[in-house]
Amino acid sequence: MAVPKPNELLKIDHKPPKKWWMDTKPTFRPGTYSYPSKPKNIEILDMWNPREWSPTDEDWKLPEDWKERILEGFRDLLKKYRSLKVFMDICVRCGACADKCHFFIGSGDPKNMPVLRAELMRSVYRGEFTKAGQILGRWAGARELTYDVVKEWFYYFYQCTQCRRCSLFCPYGIDTAEIDLAGRHLLNLVGCNINWMMEPAANCYKVGNHIGIQPHSLKDMIDFFVEDIEDLTGVKIEVPFMKKGAEVLFVTPSGDFFADPGTYTFMGYLMLFHEIGLDYTMSYYAAEGGNFGFFTGTIENAKKLNAKIYAEAKRLGVKWILGGECGHMWRVVHQYMDTLTGPADFLEVPKSPITGTVFENARSTKMVHITEFTADLIKHGAIKLDPSRNAGIKATFHDSCNPSRGMGLFEEPRYVLKNVVPEFYDMPEDTIREKTFCCGSGSGLNNDEFMEMRMRGGLPRANAVKYVRDRYGVNTLSCVCAIDRAVLQPLVNYWVPGITVTGVHELVGNALVMKGEKKRTVNLRQEPIPGMEEEEGDV
Amino acid sequence: MRVVMPLFLVVGLALTAWVGWAIHLQGLFGVLVPYLAALIFVVGFCVKVVDWAKSAVPFKIPTTAGQQKSLPWIKHAKIESPFTTGQVILRMFFEVFFFRSLFRNVKGELRSGPSLIYGPTKWLWLSAIMFHYGFLMVILHHLRLATYPVPGPIALLDKIDAMFQIGAPPIYLSSLLLLIGVVALFLRRVLIPQVRYISLVNDYFPLFLIFGIVVSGMLMRYFVRTDIVAVKALVMGLVTFHPVVPEGIGAIFYIHLFLVCCLFAYFPFSKLMHMGGVFMSPTRNLPNNNRAVRHVNPWNPKVKLHTYEEWVEDYRDKLEEAGIPTD
Repeated sequence: MAVPKPNELLKIDHKPPKKWWMDTKPTFRPGTYSYPSKPKNIEILDMWNPREWSPTDEDWKLPEDWKERILEGFRDLLKKYRSLKVFMDICVRCGACADKCHFFIGSGDPKNMPVLRAELMRSVYRGEFTKAGQILGRWAGARELTYDVVKEWFYYFYQCTQCRRCSLFCPYGIDTAEIDLAGRHLLNLVGCNINWMMEPAANCYKVGNHIGIQPHSLKDMIDFFVEDIEDLTGVKIEVPFMKKGAEVLFVTPSGDFFADPGTYTFMGYLMLFHEIGLDYTMSYYAAEGGNFGFFTGTIENAKKLNAKIYAEAKRLGVKWILGGECGHMWRVVHQYMDTLTGPADFLEVPKSPITGTVFENARSTKMVHITEFTADLIKHGAIKLDPSRNAGIKATFHDSCNPSRGMGLFEEPRYVLKNVVPEFYDMPEDTIREKTFCCGSGSGLNNDEFMEMRMRGGLPRANAVKYVRDRYGVNTLSCVCAIDRAVLQPLVNYWVPGITVTGVHELVGNALVMKGEKKRTVNLRQEPIPGMEEEEGDV
Repeated sequence: MRVVMPLFLVVGLALTAWVGWAIHLQGLFGVLVPYLAALIFVVGFCVKVVDWAKSAVPFKIPTTAGQQKSLPWIKHAKIESPFTTGQVILRMFFEVFFFRSLFRNVKGELRSGPSLIYGPTKWLWLSAIMFHYGFLMVILHHLRLATYPVPGPIALLDKIDAMFQIGAPPIYLSSLLLLIGVVALFLRRVLIPQVRYISLVNDYFPLFLIFGIVVSGMLMRYFVRTDIVAVKALVMGLVTFHPVVPEGIGAIFYIHLFLVCCLFAYFPFSKLMHMGGVFMSPTRNLPNNNRAVRHVNPWNPKVKLHTYEEWVEDYRDKLEEAGIPTD
């Protein structure tokens, strides 16, 4: 699908239209919506109303009792989630959130203002569940749940990446992700979901990773990495899988196995673990840290995928779990895992076997973030790093939404980065850390058919990258998220050409001085390292 | 229409009180309505909060606005990313008393280039602070009508508030703050296109109502002299449950009182409940100690897991062929 040229896309009008929002309907224009789930994925996850349909159809083949199903589900969620219930009642529409949403900034569509996205649901809440709304209707900001409302929900609830930037600025902490997750769950009840979310979830449930790579093929891929690392470094490493009694279970998003540039990050982890002699294992059964089930808003799906990690940790008899670079995986691990699938009382409080550091902050969940782990190694001088192997790299760091606003992981990755690259520059203050901008493709929206909206949503992030590129000559955008690694490259190619996207541990892998290694002349991407080119006579 | 209708509504309410006064329904408007409004407010407020409280808090989902507590040598942002209950209380304190999140507000602007420029914007925060603190002080002032003798702090507030000796009687700083605040909040609602677009009748109505209350109150104090002794007698009667309806209180007082009653009665059914709701927002009132202290979900769902054994059965041949253990 051709995305309009940047100068075309930049004709953004932030002024709302004359017609009031209750009187407008979305246009399902290519590039602005995601394709519906294939029936088989809905069946695998044991969800509702599997069928072939298209959002551009007049008839969405909803079940006969669609309205009752949604309202029943809505009532149920209001009992189950205080967040949703309070957020339905207390918004004062001050508009502080309006220009915080990357999709609003990039599209100008008023229904992408978080307040209005929430009003799409709130209006139905008032119209169907409150007396005042039933009597006064529009005068109370209320409306009925109609077929058109379902279509509007589908359009806008799958145009939110659940990044929670709005919730940071809201005076009451109203969290659009909570509302969006609820909205998606209600849509699920009548079978309105998107394939890019459901297929990875179904694959992960059934096979063990998002792409659905079968275990023996995955093994081949890992062997391939081992060969690559040996070619580059001269060091032969082993990658233990399904090893009972290992000390640590390592879980990372499967994007790291199969998609560049995540693969280089994966090689970085493997080299690090080998170098420090970590007694670890990975698993083909629980090969996925990411959790597209979470994005569906149907929390059972998140649990179906997440529970495999603890189950496997128990079966393998490890002591604790280490998690790779991933955004939403860490929201789930940090804020949901223990509650949803714990208690992990069969594990021990994580303790670095190298430095002896006890990770008190992971005392209950027993899962440590790789940058916490590596930062601790560096602080203790447990690994030798040579930043000149990243010569020529001027790096900046993209704070992924979930580890930022759902965890508070800011210093750890920066500390690691500053120790492995020669030059590091942060993007402007209002675009990083807790105020970070979304990549524009999170929460299951990283599909090709949604490309125009992705470029629009990613504009604020890309523009901040442009700032440091123009000012400091930054040429590398690093991140700790597999979705970021996959989507930021097309984003910067579109808005700020000349930027390379990397994971943090790719840069660690480059800088890591390994015992018995040969002289490195190329980096993990097989690109020559400036100043370390093979000289004549070198073999 | 969304602006005009609530304006008419408030004018209508004021007229109702005036007519009531004119046809000598002082007993109704001076005693019954205030009692009714107070009852609706208290019961309605409690019912709403209890209703919220009855819903579960399944997950600990603070919006983290600062560095988590992790390694001992990394500086932990104790207020922005609270780890302990005490730190949560501090975070809530700044949120409730200083509107921390609004203070954080930044404005983005897309310029040619393209370049997106951000800068702090404090207008909304300032208007909100003036409005809420003005309102709070005005309410505290009114306690002098409902207490005898007037407690020291209230009397002191009176002195501070009136320190700008403009005119006689001196103009209260608090009522000015409230007036400016309510006007500013109204103006931004109609002048900023996006905010106008999202605004509902439910947003304009309380603004007009409060504006009506402030104006009638100021009229009473500065222009239409009202028998303050009689007013105090009426209010004292109400609060001691020995209601009396003194003679000679002007219509303006009844209009003021009735609008106040309307605000109180409207409160529990409206967005004004953000006053209670701000304390119950799970993104603000929970600590970011998720991985250290387990949170329990009362309705934690049971799901059917695709177990390891089932998975092995799915791929047994391939696993064995690839030499992957299957035990």
